[in-house]
Amino acid sequence: MSQGIRTRTPVIGQTRVRKPWPESWVAAAFIAPAALVILLVVVVPLARAAWMSLFDISLVRPGDEPFVGLGNYIEQLTSADFWAATWRALWFTVVSTALELGLGLALALLMDQPLRFRWLLRTLVILPWALPTIVNALMWRWIDNAEYGALNALLTQVGILHSYQVWLSNSDLAMWMVILADVWKMTPLVAILLLAGLQSVSPELVEAAKVDGASTIQAFRHVLLPLIMPVILIVLVLRTMEAFKVFDIVWIMTGGGPANATQTIAIYAYQTAYQGYDFGRGAALGYLIALVIMVLAAIYLRLLGRLGRA
Amino acid sequence: MVAAMPTASRRRPGIAVRARRLGRAAFLYGAMVVALVVILAPFAWLLISSVAAPVDLLARPLRWIPAHIEFDRFAALTVGSSPDDSAQSFRAALVNSSIIASSVTLLSMAVGTLAAYAFARLRFPGRSWLILAFMATYMLPPIALILPLYQIMSALHLRDTPLALIIIYASFVTPFVIWIMRGYIETISSELDDAARVDGCSRLAVLVRVIVPVAAPGLVSTALLAFLMAWDEFLYALIITQTNASKTLPVAINDFIGRHGVDFGLLATGGVIAALPPVIIAFVFQRYIVAGLTAGSVKG
Repeated sequence: MSQGIRTRTPVIGQTRVRKPWPESWVAAAFIAPAALVILLVVVVPLARAAWMSLFDISLVRPGDEPFVGLGNYIEQLTSADFWAATWRALWFTVVSTALELGLGLALALLMDQPLRFRWLLRTLVILPWALPTIVNALMWRWIDNAEYGALNALLTQVGILHSYQVWLSNSDLAMWMVILADVWKMTPLVAILLLAGLQSVSPELVEAAKVDGASTIQAFRHVLLPLIMPVILIVLVLRTMEAFKVFDIVWIMTGGGPANATQTIAIYAYQTAYQGYDFGRGAALGYLIALVIMVLAAIYLRLLGRLGRA
Repeated sequence: MVAAMPTASRRRPGIAVRARRLGRAAFLYGAMVVALVVILAPFAWLLISSVAAPVDLLARPLRWIPAHIEFDRFAALTVGSSPDDSAQSFRAALVNSSIIASSVTLLSMAVGTLAAYAFARLRFPGRSWLILAFMATYMLPPIALILPLYQIMSALHLRDTPLALIIIYASFVTPFVIWIMRGYIETISSELDDAARVDGCSRLAVLVRVIVPVAAPGLVSTALLAFLMAWDEFLYALIITQTNASKTLPVAINDFIGRHGVDFGLLATGGVIAALPPVIIAFVFQRYIVAGLTAGSVKG
């Protein structure tokens, strides 16, 4: 190493001595390309969306774009359709996240047991998550098909149903079918993340609790659960953020129907902007959704920060 | 007899314990079988539907094992000669998706790793809030950005080009890369950097020659997840693409549903082809994928 120093020491008397850049210059140069992409594709559009949301822009009346101030926001916040779509998104979020967390925890605990062939489950569990969202939606749309679907065939063949049911075109059931498809795909991800949390807990802790007379359930509740709580919270916030802005799976399975029964807030915003050609209201809706997500994101980053320090 | 007595009396509680253990094992293995069936059955049905003859798919009662198996639809959508309109769009989408997802991965990995190194190793003012700002952009819902992006891309004559989607996808994949790679780089001892610096390496040379080789597993994990994110995206593509020039697989499948709403066999075949690359990646590189997923959300 000393040789390295000697050969690289600047030679006095040479016209130019290469001085290293200050660290913050280097940092600026390293971050600049990423920042440029974000600036062009996120910051500029975000500012433009804020501007657009203050006007009544309709593509069916080109050239006539009156300034309405916060009118678009006020209109949405006082509209029954907006709140109905928001509640649908919240309903989807709460139910699917709760199911994914509950089933994911059960699956993670199962994969953590010293069972033979558990490698098989651990290997295959990733497959539903890897299936593209659109293909997953397409697959469930086909399974739930009222006339030729596998769900009806299975349920009638085992005797649970007497006659074929309408699933996706039934406004009472459609949201449940979308939730089912989402839970099937995302539970494995939750399980994988929770399994990593479980594996970071030393098995001696659980053993010690059992030696002290705790039952398996007590050991889980009082030892394991508190230790993996940070991971559970993070998964909870991450899933909530994803679920609230749900679009793809709903769009492919039901298109927001029947009779708007699955019209979540993102579907509502998309339909307002692109089927109603109403860009001003669409931009305002986008901002309202972003606001909710950013509150959740702040909670998430806080949790991560606390976990990082711990 | 006398010698056997204690053994027998010891065995009696032993049977109770063994019965409980057996019950527990039966429960756990039973749960495992249920989990495997639930995971695999929908997949199996998608695969069967993709090769079953149309008559079998429309049979009532449903034939779970099709009487006729045909690969015609796979051929029609991929290599068959004289493709019809839908097959042509599907093939174009396959190419577009591959180009876009690969380009996004390369671009985001290059730009993101560079920034991640700065966040992990260099001291500069505003470091902590800047990385939070990057993360915030990653979490923004597409629906909030899509209207202005649509107008900007139209104004730049980039609408309906793969380039537009590459740039847009890079904007949410890059912050993800920064986040995960910063975590990986922080686990590497900075003594390695110092040694290389003393040897006269510039920061860039340290990154390329020291950090990248050591962080290779992390780079692979991150790159695979970046690819999957780009392959999966739908909403931006739905708005930005118009023709075969830039339509990606999710959009092509969405069109398929509109055009062939009742041709379930063809839909299943298209779905299987679109799912193959990510499913194979997840299966083959499972270790890397799981490492990347947990690094992103658990360790931070």
